Amino acid sequence: MATYETFEYDVLVIGAGGAGLRAAIEASGTGATVGLVCKSLLGKAHTVMAEGGVAAALANVDDRDNWKVHFADTMRGGQYVNNWRMAELHAKEAPDRVRELEEWGALFDRTKDGRILQRNFGGHRYPRLAHVGDRTGLEMIRTLQDHGIHQGIQVYMEYTIVALLKDGERVVGAFGFDRERGRFKLFKAKAVILATGGIGRAYKITSNSWEYTGDGHSLAYDAGADLIDMEFVQFHPTGMIWPPSVRGLLVTEGVRGEGGVLRNKDGKRFMFDDIPDLYKPQTADNEEEGWRYTQGDVNARRPPELLTRDHVARCIVRENREGRGSPHGGVFLDIAWIKERLPDGEELIKRKLPSMYHQFKQLADIDITKEPMEVGPTTHYVMGGIRVDADSQMSTVPGLFAAGECAAGLHGANRLGGNSLSDLLVFGKRAGEYAAAFAKENGPGTIDESQIEEVQRWALQFFEENEQGAENPYHIQADLQDMMQELVGIVRTESELVQAVGEIEKLSERAGRSLVTGHREYNTSWHTALDLKNLMTVSEAVARAAAVRKESRGGHFRDDFSEKDETFANVNTVVNKGPDGKMEIRSETIPEMRDDLKKVIEEMV
Amino acid sequence: MPTATFKIWRGDSDGGKFEAYETEISEGMVVLDAVHQIQKDDANDLAVRWNCKAGKCGSCSAEVNGSPKLMCMSRLSDIDLDKPITIEPMKAFPHIRDLVTDVSWNYRVKKRIKKFKPRKPDNADGSWTMSQTDIDRVQEFRKCIECFLCQDVCHVLREHEKHDEFIGPRLFVYAAQLEMHPLDTENRLGDLKDTDGIGFCNITKCCTNVCPEGIAITDNAIIPLKERVVDEFYDPVKKLLKIFKPSDK
Repeated sequence: MATYETFEYDVLVIGAGGAGLRAAIEASGTGATVGLVCKSLLGKAHTVMAEGGVAAALANVDDRDNWKVHFADTMRGGQYVNNWRMAELHAKEAPDRVRELEEWGALFDRTKDGRILQRNFGGHRYPRLAHVGDRTGLEMIRTLQDHGIHQGIQVYMEYTIVALLKDGERVVGAFGFDRERGRFKLFKAKAVILATGGIGRAYKITSNSWEYTGDGHSLAYDAGADLIDMEFVQFHPTGMIWPPSVRGLLVTEGVRGEGGVLRNKDGKRFMFDDIPDLYKPQTADNEEEGWRYTQGDVNARRPPELLTRDHVARCIVRENREGRGSPHGGVFLDIAWIKERLPDGEELIKRKLPSMYHQFKQLADIDITKEPMEVGPTTHYVMGGIRVDADSQMSTVPGLFAAGECAAGLHGANRLGGNSLSDLLVFGKRAGEYAAAFAKENGPGTIDESQIEEVQRWALQFFEENEQGAENPYHIQADLQDMMQELVGIVRTESELVQAVGEIEKLSERAGRSLVTGHREYNTSWHTALDLKNLMTVSEAVARAAAVRKESRGGHFRDDFSEKDETFANVNTVVNKGPDGKMEIRSETIPEMRDDLKKVIEEMV
Repeated sequence: MPTATFKIWRGDSDGGKFEAYETEISEGMVVLDAVHQIQKDDANDLAVRWNCKAGKCGSCSAEVNGSPKLMCMSRLSDIDLDKPITIEPMKAFPHIRDLVTDVSWNYRVKKRIKKFKPRKPDNADGSWTMSQTDIDRVQEFRKCIECFLCQDVCHVLREHEKHDEFIGPRLFVYAAQLEMHPLDTENRLGDLKDTDGIGFCNITKCCTNVCPEGIAITDNAIIPLKERVVDEFYDPVKKLLKIFKPSDK
């Protein structure tokens, strides 16, 4: 069998976005040796694309804000199937994690009195998102990167991990290769943290980059860990839809936070037509009040454009189904109109939303200070993922930790905008801390050579033509994306979900026959063939979990069960790999919330 | 559907050549879309870096018809499609394969630059008070997406290959952002003069012209740094004062 290079660390972090970097910094700070593997170059991970801001109850703009309000907002947004302990920790610790970034060089936009400025966002009761224009993710990842490179962390850029390695029940390492040369690498580690992000590339229309192929989800699943809440996929309501080449690109919620409104083809603000009961008390019922809210009037209620993402996305689908959509199947998002109210509106748009201005100008020939944007839902985020302990972020497999988008629990059925950047910081730190402690208490494991040989054999099989006929991995990926978009998208039904599971089986069989041309050095077709396995696993998990939850809640909408159902109000859907290698699925009751937290929620309504 | 021909550099560090590919063109396409289409249908192992496809991550830098550009932000409608479009890797870095170059030098050099060192917090909760006007300039530098196009186009690196003596525009922007950060207390002027080679820059502004983020690299970062270096080391009055006050720093 081929040879490989071996590295040894106390803690191995897989993924170098916000969560991975924050975890690595924390683990390294405890004195642990840390290896950090990234699929791309350092600083290019998907966090870089986050635009609107990081949610933390700093109360700089509205002093009524505090962790309790943030906690209640997060639980309400997640339709109460969140892991309440994670929501509590997140709300309490986010402010410190944000302030810490300034200590490391971040420069957030300022209030008039020189503190961190915060902006409005969907589902957040008060202005809560610390931000830098509409490039907050870049600020965050660069801050962590530039701080992290001085912390003694060993970074492996453009490496891909293809399997986790176990010693009995415990994860003790990972196996992969460097993309540049295609050579195999073994990482022995006392603890492994997955911070690999999401699964967006399973869908055709997505705001996610090529990296988002569910690697961490799939690695953990294969290692025996539970995945939960996989039916909850967030379709962000505002992605670009025209021209076709930019379809799916994100248009930040910040546009609506700054006063942008949604209109159908008749020019009507359709979001006023359907305001969920849960949000009626805190939502404006007229345009005037909504406008005042976006301009900082603390007595005004938020406009319905700032309802949660799941709801806004569904309203856009409704407008199109009923024939009131825009020419390319979306709706209009108008920020230019604020010029009617603000004489310096044009300048304000360019200052507050510079990337949006450039993105539309350069890619769609649209000047957003003068005309409305055409937008529609795009696959953006997966709430579901690796089941973790709230405090330690350890999965159900000893030695295996997860943080950020690939971990589940915090966001429940729907994530609030801005809560993912704070999630990365809060739980990235916790994962780093607890993984380092685990590494301290547990010695290195033993890795059985046969595991490694099996992984190598599997990874190299794609260079040899299968007797059953060769397949182009790019084409299989495109077929999967079309199928998932069609059958497991925003609106779901039983028959289509069952059909999807069947399709995935066929696509998996084809994926096994992927044929890679050329050699192992920087061969993207090989990388695509390897990623397919992960995509198939997460796609199957989403489809199966979606079939089990026979109700509509948050990001999961069933046409055949279009209402919320009490039967599912306090359950998580759990997926794991059975002893026969087949996917098992079950529903589990969520532990009852602590009384003091219940009281917090009751007081907030 | 109309088509266009793309001549893409194929090969590795041992050498290579342009290969021509014809592909269909649809509305709104960018160069990166064409590359992906060719990769999917005609050249499965075509090596190309990309991530966000929205001009935010700075991964897909290449030379399109000879100009350093982000492929994801280069609209085909802005290019003459009657002639073949050439796509080549960046020239200032070692070649790996096809459109991918080894940019690790930038990461190594960055690590060498003295890190951010803030003053003590202003407030009891560990926070600082800064006004927006004090951070506007630094926020401009922090827009940098590290696409390294400015490094690619800089003749000190590209033609003269002074990678050992000169850190290049990207890293001057990085140093400027640290030096002008309102909280920073570190001094990097000696390094800028000695090891970073700021003197090599003769302000031709090639870097500014290719910056996809529109950062005024030369005017706002490099020239002010040069001025600071001059003030610190070549100001005759200061020099005189230093003789009498050697423990000035």
